[in-house]
Amino acid sequence: MRQSRFPLIVTILTLIFLYLPIIVLFVNSFNGSRFGGIWGEFSLKWYYRLWSDRAIWDAFWNSMIIAISSTAVSTVLGSLAAFALYRYKKSGLQKVNYGLIYTPLILPDILMGISLLLFFVFLNIKLGLFTIFIAHTTFCISYVTMVMLARLQNFDFYMIEASQDLGASPWQTFTKVMLPILAPGIAAGALLAFTLSIDDFVITFFVAGPGATTLPIYVYGMIKFGSPPLINALSTILILTTFVIVWLTHRLMGEETA
Amino acid sequence: MNNRTRLQELALTAPSFVWLCLFFLIPTLIIFTFAFKPYDVYGSILDGWTLETIYNLFNHSFLVVFWRTIWISLVTTVICLSLSLPIGYYLARTTSKLRHIFLILVVMPFWSSFLVRVFAWKSILHPEGVFKKMLVVLHIVNADTLLLYNPGAVLLVLVYSYVPFGILPIYAAASKFNFDLLDAAMDLGASQLQAFFRVFIPGIKAGILTSTVMVLIPTIGAYVIPDVVGGHNSEMIGNKIAQWIFVDRNLPQASALAAFLALLVLVPMIVLGLYSSRVERNSITDARGKQ
Repeated sequence: MRQSRFPLIVTILTLIFLYLPIIVLFVNSFNGSRFGGIWGEFSLKWYYRLWSDRAIWDAFWNSMIIAISSTAVSTVLGSLAAFALYRYKKSGLQKVNYGLIYTPLILPDILMGISLLLFFVFLNIKLGLFTIFIAHTTFCISYVTMVMLARLQNFDFYMIEASQDLGASPWQTFTKVMLPILAPGIAAGALLAFTLSIDDFVITFFVAGPGATTLPIYVYGMIKFGSPPLINALSTILILTTFVIVWLTHRLMGEETA
Repeated sequence: MNNRTRLQELALTAPSFVWLCLFFLIPTLIIFTFAFKPYDVYGSILDGWTLETIYNLFNHSFLVVFWRTIWISLVTTVICLSLSLPIGYYLARTTSKLRHIFLILVVMPFWSSFLVRVFAWKSILHPEGVFKKMLVVLHIVNADTLLLYNPGAVLLVLVYSYVPFGILPIYAAASKFNFDLLDAAMDLGASQLQAFFRVFIPGIKAGILTSTVMVLIPTIGAYVIPDVVGGHNSEMIGNKIAQWIFVDRNLPQASALAAFLALLVLVPMIVLGLYSSRVERNSITDARGKQ
Protein backbone atom coordinates (compact mmCIF):
# COMPACT_ATOMS: atom_id res chain seq x y z
CA MET A 1 0.00 0.00 0.00
CA ARG A 2 1.42 3.37 -1.03
CA GLN A 3 2.18 5.77 1.82
CA SER A 4 0.66 9.23 1.52
CA ARG A 5 3.31 11.93 0.95
CA PHE A 6 1.25 14.51 2.83
CA PRO A 7 2.91 14.02 6.29
CA LEU A 8 6.40 14.32 4.77
CA ILE A 9 5.44 17.52 2.93
CA VAL A 10 3.99 19.08 6.10
CA THR A 11 7.14 18.11 8.03
CA ILE A 12 9.47 19.69 5.49
CA LEU A 13 7.41 22.87 5.12
CA THR A 14 7.25 23.25 8.91
CA LEU A 15 11.01 22.85 9.21
CA ILE A 16 11.49 25.52 6.55
CA PHE A 17 9.07 27.71 8.50
CA LEU A 18 11.12 27.08 11.70
CA TYR A 19 14.49 27.87 10.16
CA LEU A 20 13.65 30.60 7.66
CA PRO A 21 13.76 33.49 10.18
CA ILE A 22 17.02 32.23 11.66
CA ILE A 23 18.62 32.04 8.21
CA VAL A 24 17.43 35.52 7.26
CA LEU A 25 18.87 36.85 10.51
CA PHE A 26 22.16 35.09 9.90
CA VAL A 27 22.52 36.43 6.35
CA ASN A 28 21.52 39.96 7.34
CA SER A 29 24.10 40.11 10.12
CA PHE A 30 26.74 40.24 7.35
CA ASN A 31 24.82 42.82 5.35
CA GLY A 32 26.54 46.20 5.18
CA SER A 33 23.25 47.97 4.45
CA ARG A 34 21.16 49.15 7.40
CA PHE A 35 17.91 47.80 6.00
CA GLY A 36 17.41 44.05 5.74
CA GLY A 37 15.53 44.23 2.44
CA ILE A 38 18.46 45.53 0.40
CA TRP A 39 21.82 43.79 0.16
CA GLY A 40 24.64 46.32 0.65
CA GLU A 41 27.96 44.53 0.70
CA PHE A 42 29.46 41.77 2.83
CA SER A 43 30.60 43.38 6.03
CA LEU A 44 31.66 42.50 9.57
CA LYS A 45 31.09 46.03 10.86
CA TRP A 46 28.09 45.07 13.03
CA TYR A 47 30.18 42.42 14.76
CA TYR A 48 32.94 44.93 15.31
CA ARG A 49 30.53 47.47 16.80
CA LEU A 50 29.09 44.78 19.03
CA TRP A 51 32.53 43.81 20.25
CA SER A 52 33.32 47.37 21.27
CA ASP A 53 29.98 47.97 23.05
CA ARG A 54 30.71 48.13 26.79
CA ALA A 55 27.05 47.87 27.87
CA ILE A 56 26.61 44.51 26.11
CA TRP A 57 29.60 43.08 27.92
CA ASP A 58 28.24 44.27 31.27
CA ALA A 59 24.89 42.64 30.50
CA PHE A 60 26.67 39.47 29.42
CA TRP A 61 28.61 39.19 32.68
CA ASN A 62 25.46 39.86 34.74
CA SER A 63 23.74 37.04 32.87
CA MET A 64 26.67 34.69 33.51
CA ILE A 65 26.81 35.47 37.25
CA ILE A 66 23.09 34.85 37.63
CA ALA A 67 23.03 31.73 35.46
CA ILE A 68 25.95 30.11 37.27
CA SER A 69 24.71 30.88 40.78
CA SER A 70 21.09 29.95 40.16
CA THR A 71 22.12 26.78 38.31
CA ALA A 72 24.29 25.71 41.26
CA VAL A 73 21.59 26.29 43.89
CA SER A 74 18.67 24.93 41.85
CA THR A 75 20.60 21.79 40.83
CA VAL A 76 21.29 20.91 44.47
CA LEU A 77 17.74 21.69 45.65
CA GLY A 78 16.11 20.04 42.64
CA SER A 79 18.21 16.87 42.89
CA LEU A 80 17.39 16.48 46.59
CA ALA A 81 13.71 17.03 45.85
CA ALA A 82 13.71 14.46 43.04
CA PHE A 83 15.40 11.98 45.32
CA ALA A 84 12.79 12.53 48.05
CA LEU A 85 9.92 12.26 45.53
CA TYR A 86 11.28 9.01 44.15
CA ARG A 87 12.38 7.37 47.40
CA TYR A 88 9.26 8.15 49.47
CA LYS A 89 6.67 7.92 46.66
CA LYS A 90 3.91 6.66 48.94
CA SER A 91 4.16 9.37 51.62
CA GLY A 92 1.52 12.10 51.86
CA LEU A 93 4.17 14.80 52.28
CA GLN A 94 5.57 13.90 48.86
CA LYS A 95 2.16 14.34 47.21
CA VAL A 96 2.07 17.94 48.51
CA ASN A 97 5.73 18.36 47.55
CA TYR A 98 5.01 17.18 44.00
CA GLY A 99 2.15 19.67 43.67
CA LEU A 100 4.39 22.50 44.88
CA ILE A 101 7.10 21.58 42.37
CA TYR A 102 4.73 20.91 39.46
CA THR A 103 2.49 24.01 39.69
CA PRO A 104 5.19 26.58 38.68
CA LEU A 105 5.65 24.59 35.45
CA ILE A 106 2.06 25.11 34.32
CA LEU A 107 1.59 28.74 35.34
CA PRO A 108 2.51 31.35 32.70
CA ASP A 109 5.88 33.08 33.33
CA ILE A 110 4.28 36.45 33.73
CA LEU A 111 2.49 35.27 36.89
CA MET A 112 5.74 34.29 38.59
CA GLY A 113 7.15 37.65 37.49
CA ILE A 114 4.39 39.75 38.98
CA SER A 115 4.04 37.65 42.15
CA LEU A 116 7.75 37.89 42.96
CA LEU A 117 7.72 41.61 42.16
CA LEU A 118 4.87 42.17 44.64
CA PHE A 119 6.64 39.95 47.20
CA PHE A 120 9.88 41.99 46.96
CA VAL A 121 8.02 45.29 47.01
CA PHE A 122 6.01 44.12 50.01
CA LEU A 123 9.17 43.20 51.94
CA ASN A 124 11.03 46.32 50.77
CA ILE A 125 13.80 44.26 49.18
CA LYS A 126 15.81 46.31 46.69
CA LEU A 127 15.41 45.00 43.14
CA GLY A 128 18.63 43.97 41.41
CA LEU A 129 20.89 41.02 40.68
CA PHE A 130 19.97 39.38 43.99
CA THR A 131 16.23 39.37 43.27
CA ILE A 132 16.92 38.03 39.75
CA PHE A 133 18.98 35.22 41.29
CA ILE A 134 16.10 34.32 43.65
CA ALA A 135 13.58 34.31 40.78
CA HIS A 136 15.74 32.19 38.45
CA THR A 137 16.52 29.64 41.16
CA THR A 138 12.80 29.37 41.93
CA PHE A 139 11.72 28.47 38.38
CA CYS A 140 14.79 26.29 37.70
CA ILE A 141 14.12 24.02 40.72
CA SER A 142 10.98 22.58 39.10
CA TYR A 143 12.72 21.82 35.79
CA VAL A 144 15.78 20.23 37.45
CA THR A 145 13.51 18.07 39.63
CA MET A 146 11.53 16.82 36.62
CA VAL A 147 14.69 15.93 34.64
CA MET A 148 16.21 14.15 37.67
CA LEU A 149 12.98 12.32 38.42
CA ALA A 150 12.88 10.93 34.87
CA ARG A 151 16.50 9.76 35.25
CA LEU A 152 15.82 8.18 38.65
CA GLN A 153 13.29 5.81 37.09
CA ASN A 154 16.30 3.71 36.04
CA PHE A 155 18.07 3.96 39.40
CA ASP A 156 18.35 0.72 41.32
CA PHE A 157 18.03 1.33 45.06
CA TYR A 158 19.50 -2.08 45.84
CA MET A 159 22.82 -0.49 44.85
CA ILE A 160 22.66 1.55 48.05
CA GLU A 161 21.89 -1.48 50.18
CA ALA A 162 24.59 -3.48 48.42
CA SER A 163 27.23 -0.84 49.12
CA GLN A 164 26.14 -0.61 52.77
CA ASP A 165 26.27 -4.39 53.11
CA LEU A 166 29.80 -4.28 51.74
CA GLY A 167 30.79 -1.90 54.54
CA ALA A 168 30.61 1.55 52.92
CA SER A 169 29.79 4.52 55.16
CA PRO A 170 26.78 6.67 54.10
CA TRP A 171 29.23 9.31 52.79
CA GLN A 172 31.13 6.69 50.78
CA THR A 173 27.86 5.33 49.40
CA PHE A 174 26.91 8.83 48.35
CA THR A 175 30.19 9.84 46.70
CA LYS A 176 31.32 6.49 45.32
CA VAL A 177 28.04 4.85 44.29
CA MET A 178 25.20 7.33 43.89
CA LEU A 179 26.99 10.35 42.45
CA PRO A 180 28.71 8.47 39.60
CA ILE A 181 25.46 6.76 38.61
CA LEU A 182 23.39 9.93 38.83
CA ALA A 183 26.01 12.27 37.30
CA PRO A 184 24.54 12.30 33.74
CA GLY A 185 21.10 13.17 35.13
CA ILE A 186 22.51 15.93 37.32
CA ALA A 187 24.47 17.30 34.35
CA ALA A 188 21.35 17.27 32.15
CA GLY A 189 19.35 19.09 34.84
CA ALA A 190 22.10 21.67 35.36
CA LEU A 191 22.41 22.28 31.61
CA LEU A 192 18.67 22.86 31.33
CA ALA A 193 18.72 25.24 34.32
CA PHE A 194 21.63 27.18 32.82
CA THR A 195 19.92 27.56 29.43
CA LEU A 196 16.62 28.62 31.01
CA SER A 197 18.34 31.19 33.21
CA ILE A 198 20.45 32.66 30.39
CA ASP A 199 17.37 32.93 28.16
CA ASP A 200 14.73 34.14 30.61
CA PHE A 201 13.25 37.50 29.79
CA VAL A 202 9.71 37.81 31.19
CA ILE A 203 10.37 36.96 34.85
CA THR A 204 13.64 38.91 34.86
CA PHE A 205 11.91 41.95 33.34
CA PHE A 206 9.58 42.11 36.36
CA VAL A 207 12.13 41.61 39.14
CA ALA A 208 15.21 43.34 37.65
CA GLY A 209 14.72 46.93 38.75
CA PRO A 210 16.46 49.77 36.94
CA GLY A 211 20.16 48.97 37.56
CA ALA A 212 20.50 45.27 36.79
CA THR A 213 20.56 44.48 33.07
CA THR A 214 20.90 40.90 31.83
CA LEU A 215 21.56 39.98 28.22
CA PRO A 216 17.88 39.28 27.33
CA ILE A 217 16.84 42.57 28.98
CA TYR A 218 19.46 44.36 26.90
CA VAL A 219 18.37 42.58 23.71
CA TYR A 220 14.77 43.56 24.45
CA GLY A 221 15.79 47.20 24.77
CA MET A 222 17.58 46.97 21.42
CA ILE A 223 14.54 45.31 19.78
CA LYS A 224 12.25 48.05 21.03
CA PHE A 225 14.47 51.08 20.48
CA GLY A 226 17.81 50.12 19.04
CA SER A 227 19.55 49.35 15.80
CA PRO A 228 18.37 46.17 14.00
CA PRO A 229 21.69 45.18 12.36
CA LEU A 230 23.40 45.07 15.76
CA ILE A 231 20.74 42.65 17.04
CA ASN A 232 21.19 40.50 13.93
CA ALA A 233 24.86 40.14 14.76
CA LEU A 234 24.24 39.49 18.47
CA SER A 235 21.48 37.00 17.64
CA THR A 236 23.71 35.11 15.23
CA ILE A 237 26.37 34.77 17.92
CA LEU A 238 23.81 33.62 20.52
CA ILE A 239 22.24 31.08 18.16
CA LEU A 240 25.57 29.67 16.98
CA THR A 241 26.73 29.35 20.60
CA THR A 242 23.64 27.40 21.63
CA PHE A 243 23.85 25.18 18.56
CA VAL A 244 27.48 24.38 19.34
CA ILE A 245 26.61 23.63 22.99
CA VAL A 246 23.69 21.39 22.00
CA TRP A 247 25.85 19.60 19.45
CA LEU A 248 28.67 19.11 21.98
CA THR A 249 26.38 17.72 24.70
CA HIS A 250 24.87 15.50 22.09
CA ARG A 251 28.26 14.11 21.22
CA LEU A 252 29.30 13.80 24.87
CA MET A 253 26.14 12.19 26.17
CA GLY A 254 25.39 10.02 23.15
CA GLU A 255 22.02 9.18 21.70
CA GLU A 256 19.97 9.36 24.91
CA THR A 257 19.77 13.18 25.04
CA ALA A 258 17.79 13.25 21.79
CA MET B 1 7.69 4.08 58.78
CA ASN B 2 10.34 4.41 61.50
CA ASN B 3 11.69 7.67 62.84
CA ARG B 4 15.00 7.49 61.06
CA THR B 5 13.56 7.22 57.52
CA ARG B 6 11.04 9.92 58.45
CA LEU B 7 13.92 12.22 59.36
CA GLN B 8 15.80 11.36 56.19
CA GLU B 9 12.70 12.15 54.16
CA LEU B 10 12.32 15.52 55.88
CA ALA B 11 15.98 16.36 55.37
CA LEU B 12 15.72 15.64 51.64
CA THR B 13 12.38 17.41 51.19
CA ALA B 14 12.88 20.50 53.33
CA PRO B 15 15.38 22.54 51.24
CA SER B 16 13.33 22.83 48.04
CA PHE B 17 10.05 22.78 49.95
CA VAL B 18 10.98 25.77 52.11
CA TRP B 19 12.41 27.64 49.09
CA LEU B 20 9.28 27.14 47.00
CA CYS B 21 6.93 28.01 49.88
CA LEU B 22 8.84 31.22 50.46
CA PHE B 23 9.38 32.31 46.84
CA PHE B 24 6.51 30.68 44.98
CA LEU B 25 3.57 29.89 47.28
CA ILE B 26 3.63 33.05 49.42
CA PRO B 27 4.13 35.41 46.43
CA THR B 28 1.24 33.70 44.62
CA LEU B 29 -0.97 34.16 47.70
CA ILE B 30 0.09 37.84 47.81
CA ILE B 31 -1.43 38.28 44.31
CA PHE B 32 -4.72 36.95 45.60
CA THR B 33 -4.69 39.33 48.62
CA PHE B 34 -3.53 42.44 46.74
CA ALA B 35 -6.36 41.84 44.26
CA PHE B 36 -8.84 42.93 46.95
CA LYS B 37 -6.97 46.02 48.15
CA PRO B 38 -8.25 49.57 47.52
CA TYR B 39 -5.86 52.08 45.91
CA ASP B 40 -5.72 55.81 45.28
CA VAL B 41 -5.03 57.72 42.05
CA TYR B 42 -1.28 57.82 42.78
CA GLY B 43 -1.13 54.03 42.92
CA SER B 44 -0.63 53.78 46.70
CA ILE B 45 -2.25 50.79 48.34
CA LEU B 46 -4.75 51.71 51.04
CA ASP B 47 -5.97 49.81 54.11
CA GLY B 48 -9.15 47.78 54.09
CA TRP B 49 -10.68 45.62 51.39
CA THR B 50 -12.60 46.24 48.18
CA LEU B 51 -14.23 44.50 45.22
CA GLU B 52 -13.67 47.46 42.90
CA THR B 53 -10.66 45.81 41.22
CA ILE B 54 -12.84 42.82 40.36
CA TYR B 55 -15.66 45.03 38.98
CA ASN B 56 -13.10 46.81 36.80
CA LEU B 57 -12.26 43.52 35.09
CA PHE B 58 -15.77 43.47 33.66
CA ASN B 59 -15.60 46.82 31.91
CA HIS B 60 -15.73 46.92 28.17
CA SER B 61 -12.10 47.74 27.33
CA PHE B 62 -10.86 44.78 29.33
CA LEU B 63 -13.45 42.31 28.00
CA VAL B 64 -12.21 43.02 24.47
CA VAL B 65 -8.67 42.05 25.54
CA PHE B 66 -10.00 38.95 27.30
CA TRP B 67 -11.90 37.63 24.26
CA ARG B 68 -8.97 38.43 21.99
CA THR B 69 -6.66 36.41 24.27
CA ILE B 70 -9.07 33.47 24.17
CA TRP B 71 -9.54 33.41 20.40
CA ILE B 72 -5.86 33.96 19.59
CA SER B 73 -4.89 31.13 21.98
CA LEU B 74 -7.49 28.74 20.60
CA VAL B 75 -6.62 29.43 16.95
CA THR B 76 -2.89 29.08 17.72
CA THR B 77 -3.55 25.73 19.41
CA VAL B 78 -5.66 24.43 16.53
CA ILE B 79 -3.02 25.41 13.94
CA CYS B 80 -0.17 23.94 16.02
CA LEU B 81 -2.06 20.67 16.47
CA SER B 82 -2.97 20.37 12.80
CA LEU B 83 0.73 20.77 11.93
CA SER B 84 1.89 18.47 14.74
CA LEU B 85 -0.37 15.53 13.87
CA PRO B 86 1.04 14.79 10.39
CA ILE B 87 4.57 15.59 11.62
CA GLY B 88 4.28 13.28 14.65
CA TYR B 89 2.86 10.59 12.39
CA TYR B 90 5.68 11.01 9.89
CA LEU B 91 8.42 11.04 12.57
CA ALA B 92 7.08 7.86 14.15
CA ARG B 93 6.96 5.99 10.83
CA THR B 94 10.12 7.11 9.07
CA THR B 95 13.57 5.45 9.24
CA SER B 96 15.43 5.92 12.51
CA LYS B 97 18.19 7.92 10.83
CA LEU B 98 15.81 10.50 9.33
CA ARG B 99 13.83 10.59 12.57
CA HIS B 100 16.97 11.40 14.52
CA ILE B 101 17.87 14.30 12.23
CA PHE B 102 14.33 15.71 12.11
CA LEU B 103 13.94 15.48 15.89
CA ILE B 104 17.15 17.44 16.48
CA LEU B 105 15.95 20.03 13.96
CA VAL B 106 12.61 20.34 15.79
CA VAL B 107 14.23 20.68 19.22
CA MET B 108 17.07 23.00 18.17
CA PRO B 109 15.08 26.28 18.00
CA PHE B 110 13.81 25.53 21.51
CA TRP B 111 17.39 25.84 22.79
CA SER B 112 18.03 29.15 21.04
CA SER B 113 17.03 32.48 22.50
CA PHE B 114 13.29 33.08 22.49
CA LEU B 115 13.62 36.86 22.14
CA VAL B 116 15.94 36.45 19.18
CA ARG B 117 13.42 34.28 17.32
CA VAL B 118 10.65 36.83 17.96
CA PHE B 119 12.93 39.60 16.77
CA ALA B 120 13.76 37.61 13.61
CA TRP B 121 10.08 37.73 12.68
CA LYS B 122 9.86 41.41 13.45
CA SER B 123 12.69 42.09 11.02
CA ILE B 124 11.20 39.80 8.35
CA LEU B 125 7.72 41.37 8.54
CA HIS B 126 9.13 44.88 8.87
CA PRO B 127 8.14 47.31 6.05
CA GLU B 128 11.82 47.28 4.96
CA GLY B 129 12.17 43.52 5.46
CA VAL B 130 12.70 40.67 3.00
CA PHE B 131 9.30 39.05 3.24
CA LYS B 132 7.40 42.28 2.72
CA LYS B 133 9.51 43.15 -0.36
CA MET B 134 8.94 39.68 -1.79
CA LEU B 135 5.16 39.92 -1.36
CA VAL B 136 5.14 43.36 -2.98
CA VAL B 137 7.13 42.09 -5.97
CA LEU B 138 4.73 39.15 -6.31
CA HIS B 139 1.78 41.61 -6.12
CA ILE B 140 0.28 39.74 -3.16
CA VAL B 141 0.20 42.87 -1.03
CA ASN B 142 0.67 46.49 -2.02
CA ALA B 143 3.45 48.70 -0.68
CA ASP B 144 1.26 50.29 1.99
CA THR B 145 0.09 47.09 3.68
CA LEU B 146 1.48 46.75 7.20
CA LEU B 147 2.35 43.13 8.03
CA LEU B 148 3.43 43.98 11.56
CA TYR B 149 1.51 45.25 14.59
CA ASN B 150 -1.72 43.34 14.03
CA PRO B 151 -3.35 40.17 15.46
CA GLY B 152 -2.30 38.20 12.35
CA ALA B 153 1.39 38.83 13.07
CA VAL B 154 0.87 37.82 16.72
CA LEU B 155 -0.83 34.60 15.63
CA LEU B 156 1.94 33.77 13.15
CA VAL B 157 4.75 34.24 15.69
CA LEU B 158 2.83 32.35 18.41
CA VAL B 159 2.44 29.37 16.07
CA TYR B 160 6.12 29.64 15.17
CA SER B 161 7.21 29.68 18.82
CA TYR B 162 4.98 26.92 20.16
CA VAL B 163 4.75 24.40 17.32
CA PRO B 164 7.75 22.39 18.65
CA PHE B 165 5.90 22.06 21.98
CA GLY B 166 2.97 20.60 20.04
CA ILE B 167 5.08 18.21 17.97
CA LEU B 168 7.06 16.51 20.75
CA PRO B 169 4.21 15.03 22.88
CA ILE B 170 2.34 13.88 19.77
CA TYR B 171 5.49 12.26 18.42
CA ALA B 172 6.11 10.59 21.81
CA ALA B 173 2.59 9.12 21.77
CA ALA B 174 2.79 8.17 18.07
CA SER B 175 6.09 6.32 18.57
CA LYS B 176 4.30 3.98 21.01
CA PHE B 177 1.35 3.50 18.64
CA ASN B 178 0.98 0.12 16.95
CA PHE B 179 0.83 0.99 13.24
CA ASP B 180 -0.35 -2.52 12.32
CA LEU B 181 -3.75 -1.29 13.54
CA LEU B 182 -3.89 1.12 10.57
CA ASP B 183 -3.21 -1.72 8.12
CA ALA B 184 -5.86 -3.77 9.87
CA ALA B 185 -8.38 -0.92 9.56
CA MET B 186 -7.60 -0.56 5.86
CA ASP B 187 -7.84 -4.33 5.31
CA LEU B 188 -11.30 -4.07 6.80
CA GLY B 189 -12.18 -1.43 4.19
CA ALA B 190 -11.31 1.93 5.78
CA SER B 191 -9.71 4.54 3.52
CA GLN B 192 -6.32 5.96 4.52
CA LEU B 193 -7.96 9.12 5.84
CA GLN B 194 -10.58 7.17 7.78
CA ALA B 195 -7.85 5.02 9.31
CA PHE B 196 -5.93 8.16 10.30
CA PHE B 197 -8.88 9.91 11.91
CA ARG B 198 -10.71 6.94 13.45
CA VAL B 199 -7.83 4.71 14.54
CA PHE B 200 -4.62 6.77 14.77
CA ILE B 201 -6.05 9.90 16.43
CA PRO B 202 -8.02 8.05 19.14
CA GLY B 203 -4.91 5.92 19.70
CA ILE B 204 -2.72 8.90 20.58
CA LYS B 205 -5.38 10.81 22.54
CA ALA B 206 -3.15 11.27 25.59
CA GLY B 207 -0.38 12.83 23.47
CA ILE B 208 -2.85 15.20 21.80
CA LEU B 209 -4.09 16.30 25.22
CA THR B 210 -0.53 17.00 26.42
CA SER B 211 0.23 18.93 23.21
CA THR B 212 -2.90 21.03 23.68
CA VAL B 213 -1.88 21.96 27.22
CA MET B 214 1.75 22.66 26.21
CA VAL B 215 0.62 25.10 23.50
CA LEU B 216 -2.53 26.60 25.01
CA ILE B 217 -1.18 27.56 28.45
CA PRO B 218 1.88 29.60 27.44
CA THR B 219 -0.22 31.22 24.69
CA ILE B 220 -2.88 32.39 27.15
CA GLY B 221 -0.10 33.98 29.23
CA ALA B 222 1.79 35.39 26.21
CA TYR B 223 3.42 38.74 26.80
CA VAL B 224 6.56 39.22 24.71
CA ILE B 225 5.10 38.24 21.32
CA PRO B 226 2.09 40.61 21.32
CA ASP B 227 4.37 43.26 22.82
CA VAL B 228 6.98 43.04 20.03
CA VAL B 229 5.03 42.18 16.86
CA GLY B 230 1.54 43.25 17.97
CA GLY B 231 -0.01 46.67 18.18
CA HIS B 232 -2.70 48.32 20.25
CA ASN B 233 -5.33 46.20 18.47
CA SER B 234 -3.60 42.95 19.44
CA GLU B 235 -2.98 43.39 23.18
CA MET B 236 -3.45 40.25 25.27
CA ILE B 237 -3.98 39.67 29.02
CA GLY B 238 -0.22 39.61 29.66
CA ASN B 239 0.19 43.05 28.10
CA LYS B 240 -2.60 44.46 30.25
CA ILE B 241 -0.92 43.13 33.41
CA ALA B 242 2.39 44.72 32.40
CA GLN B 243 0.66 47.99 31.47
CA TRP B 244 -1.13 48.20 34.81
CA ILE B 245 2.13 47.55 36.66
CA PHE B 246 4.67 49.60 34.74
CA VAL B 247 2.58 52.39 33.20
CA ASP B 248 -0.38 52.92 35.52
CA ARG B 249 1.51 51.73 38.65
CA ASN B 250 -1.74 50.16 39.80
CA LEU B 251 -0.62 47.05 41.68
CA PRO B 252 -4.06 45.97 43.03
CA GLN B 253 -5.64 46.14 39.56
CA ALA B 254 -2.72 44.21 38.04
CA SER B 255 -2.99 41.64 40.86
CA ALA B 256 -6.71 41.17 40.22
CA LEU B 257 -5.99 40.42 36.57
CA ALA B 258 -3.04 38.16 37.42
CA ALA B 259 -5.23 36.22 39.88
CA PHE B 260 -7.84 35.89 37.15
CA LEU B 261 -5.20 34.59 34.72
CA ALA B 262 -3.98 32.07 37.32
CA LEU B 263 -7.53 30.73 37.76
CA LEU B 264 -8.06 30.70 33.98
CA VAL B 265 -5.09 28.34 33.67
CA LEU B 266 -5.38 26.32 36.89
CA VAL B 267 -9.09 25.46 36.84
CA PRO B 268 -9.03 23.62 33.47
CA MET B 269 -5.79 21.89 34.54
CA ILE B 270 -7.37 20.62 37.76
CA VAL B 271 -10.50 19.48 35.91
CA LEU B 272 -8.29 17.76 33.34
CA GLY B 273 -6.24 16.12 36.10
CA LEU B 274 -9.37 14.76 37.78
CA TYR B 275 -10.78 13.61 34.43
CA SER B 276 -7.62 11.80 33.35
CA SER B 277 -7.21 10.09 36.72
CA ARG B 278 -10.85 8.94 36.43
CA VAL B 279 -10.18 7.61 32.92
CA GLU B 280 -7.11 5.84 34.26
CA ARG B 281 -9.11 4.29 37.11
CA ASN B 282 -11.83 3.20 34.67
CA SER B 283 -9.32 1.61 32.34
CA ILE B 284 -7.76 -0.18 35.31
CA THR B 285 -11.15 -1.54 36.39
CA ASP B 286 -11.90 -2.45 32.75
CA ALA B 287 -8.62 -4.35 32.57
CA ARG B 288 -9.46 -6.13 35.83
CA GLY B 289 -12.91 -7.00 34.52
CA LYS B 290 -11.40 -8.67 31.48
CA GLN B 291 -9.06 -10.88 33.48
